[in-house]
Order: sequence, then structure tokens, then C-alpha cells
Amino acid sequence: MITKRIIPCLDVRNGRVVKGTNFEGLTDVSSPVELAKFYSENGADELVFYDITASFEGRQLFTDILLEVASTIFIPLTVGGGINTVEDFDRVLKCGADKVSVNSGAIRNPDLVREAARKYGDQCVVLSADIKRVDGQFRVFAKGGREDTGMEAISWIKRCVDMGAGEIVVNSIDTDGVKKGFDLEMLQAVTDAVSVPVIASGGAGCVQDFIDLFHSNPKVDAGLAASVFHFGEIRIPDLKKELKKENIIVRV
Amino acid sequence: MIAIIDYGVGNLFSLKSSLKMIGAEVEVTSDPAVIRKAEKLLLPGVGAFEDAARKLSESGLREVILEEVKAGKPILGICLGMQMLFEKSFEYGEHQGLGLLKGSVVPMEGVIPAELKIPHIGWNALHFVKQGRLFRYVKENECVYFVHSFYATGCEESLLATAEYGAELTAAVEKGNIMGCQFHPEKSGDVGLRILKAFCEKEDA
Repeated sequence: MITKRIIPCLDVRNGRVVKGTNFEGLTDVSSPVELAKFYSENGADELVFYDITASFEGRQLFTDILLEVASTIFIPLTVGGGINTVEDFDRVLKCGADKVSVNSGAIRNPDLVREAARKYGDQCVVLSADIKRVDGQFRVFAKGGREDTGMEAISWIKRCVDMGAGEIVVNSIDTDGVKKGFDLEMLQAVTDAVSVPVIASGGAGCVQDFIDLFHSNPKVDAGLAASVFHFGEIRIPDLKKELKKENIIVRV
Repeated sequence: MIAIIDYGVGNLFSLKSSLKMIGAEVEVTSDPAVIRKAEKLLLPGVGAFEDAARKLSESGLREVILEEVKAGKPILGICLGMQMLFEKSFEYGEHQGLGLLKGSVVPMEGVIPAELKIPHIGWNALHFVKQGRLFRYVKENECVYFVHSFYATGCEESLLATAEYGAELTAAVEKGNIMGCQFHPEKSGDVGLRILKAFCEKEDA
């Protein structure tokens, strides 16, 4: 059977990982290449890189880093941040990315999903949605969660899947950073609506949160987190050992 | 030297990098002379079967590959490249493959339970059907990374391993010098590198 995936997410600004902590054997905690290598050797099933720089120089640096990561790490890589055109897809895929994640770029121009899926295949296009409850409704937010688009989230996700998004990252703004568990209600609403793989993001604070996630909703394919991994609060090999004990199928 | 055959389908960056990582001498090429000179061939591929088969014919490389492989040169097909080794594919119509292995490529749809997602994407465990060169450094149940919607069937004579996804799907094949993986060894971490190493090393190693 296919395994549940555990995915660390690395936010990169000006060539450095934004959050980082000391791991044994890791000399430079904010080096994306070092950290990626550490995760790859310690059970990560996939890596997500978000480019959160805005400057041209920052973008160049990000592309160089990606090339270096893809030359030395041989697990699937998803890249996001600043993806607004099909040319942006091309740029990161040439550097060794396997999947490309779109967020604000798709909100500005929904055709981006369709065009990219047609050119690179559905499996290559990941829709990342930042979602928050507003007036009892799941609402899509843009610009890193700062701007309410007014769009209802589930219909937005369905629309993107129809256009060719092959995977969905559901990032709950409501639970993000709270560390009290994933947004199970929101995730249920998404997995009820679409049949493509769904990645849960936002809220992981401890191992039990991942167990609850996969037990409560077997249709969730993966759990994504950043700081709990970067700060060493959860070690992926330990997490996987616990998941396995709970009869959740993981790659060990 | 290992030749990665470049016939215009897919990105070969990771594959090339992974071979360099294990210390193999590698060349990405569409030059028949290089393919003839190479010790071994890697046939990659992503996308649609029909398109890939057409590009392989149009590039003139189809004949070169057939000649070299029939003369005994080892070949490893990866993902769509593995599917190309078979007689034909029923991916949106009926298309001719290289015919190096007996069998055909068919949709997963209708074969696996409807609640399972297609494409089959992710890490899945290998179940060995027989012993082979490709898995000499790999253990039963180790996981590799798959991305596919179609799979090879009727290939009992070459079947090396399967992966369970609602049905036992063909994961790898091997018959003499002809080998193939449905999964991506270049994206399967350490396990994948060991598979590539087994393919690349000298025959007497």
C-alpha cells in the first residue's frame, strides 16, 4: 500500500532557511542544502521549498540553491513561491523540481493551473491554499495569508482540480502556529470534495497530532510542517516509529 | 559510459545527477554514435506514450536502440521508458512499443478499486517475484517512488517485482540484458541509488 508522507517545508529568504535550529551533525542550520540533506537522510518523504524573497537577486540565489539540492538529494522536491507564469514552472522544473506549487499566482490568473497542467501534467501542479474561517465560511486568502479574496475555499479547490491541479496543500491559517493539531474539520471538507491527494498543513505541535490526522481522516495523504521539524521538537524517525505503532503505513 | 537517451521527453537533470552521485560516467545524448559506443543504455520518459513513441521513431533512435539491445547491450527503462520496452500500450488508443519484452501497457482505471486515486503517486513497497540483477542491493519491502496511471501486464516472463495498490502492479521487470522500473529510482532516495548502482556496475562486479 502507498505510504503516508511526512514533508518538511523550508522557507527560503535570500538564500537562507528562515527558521532553523541546531541538529547534531548539522553545521549550518540555515543552509537550505545542508538542511535538505539532513531531512533526506532522516526519513523525510518529500521536501517543499518556498521562495519567500521578492528581489531579483534573491530569486537567482534560490534557483542556484535548488540546482544544488537537486544534484545531491534524490527524493521528490516541490517548489513554490513566486510562481506566476508557465515560465516560472519551467524555471524551477529545469532546476530539478518535480512539482510546482501555486498559490497567489493561481488566484490572480486561474488559467495558470490549466496551462501548466496541460504542459507538464496534472501530477506536476500543486495548488496551495491558505484558508481561514470568515463568517462561518472557509475563505481563501492571498499574499501569504494577508488578504481575504472573498472566495469560498472548497469551490476554489474544486475549480482548480477541474483545471488540472494534481495535489492540494491545505494550509489552515486558523491553526497555523498554534501547535494544537491540524485543522481536521477543514481537511474533512476538502477530502470530501476532491479525489486528488491532499496534504495537511498548519497546526502540528507533537507526534500525536500526526496520529490524529491520519486516524481521523484516512483520505489525507501527507502531513506537512516547518518549525516543529526545524526546531527539533519532532524528529521524523521518531514520528514514523510512532505512526507505525499506530498501524499507519509509512516508509521507514 | 552509460548513455541516457535524450529523445525530447522529460527533464533528465535528476537522473543525470543521481548517476553522477554513484560515480557512473554518464552522457545525456541523442547521438546514435554515442549510443553505440555506450556500455549501457538508460531509457527515461515522462508524459504520454504515443508522443514518446513518436519522438523515439522520429529521432531515428528507435532502430539504434533495438539493434544495440538485441546485440546484448544492457538497457534500463524508467517509468514511461520501461513501458516503451513492451509490445504495445493501450494509453488513449493502441500504440506500438519497442517490443523488446512480451506484454502490454494498460490503464489502472477499472483494475484498482474506485476509491484509490489515479495517478498512483508516492512511496510504495517492492514485492519481489524473482531474483534479479537490479535488486541485488535492495531488500523486500523497501519503498520506491511511483508516479503513473498505466501499468504493464502480461509480462510474467520478465516480472521482477510488484507494488500493491489495490492490485499487484508491475513495479520492475528484468529479462537478461533488458530491465525496467515503473518507479523513479532517481527520486527514490538511497534505495533508488542502490538500484542504479546495481544496473551501472560492471557485469563481473
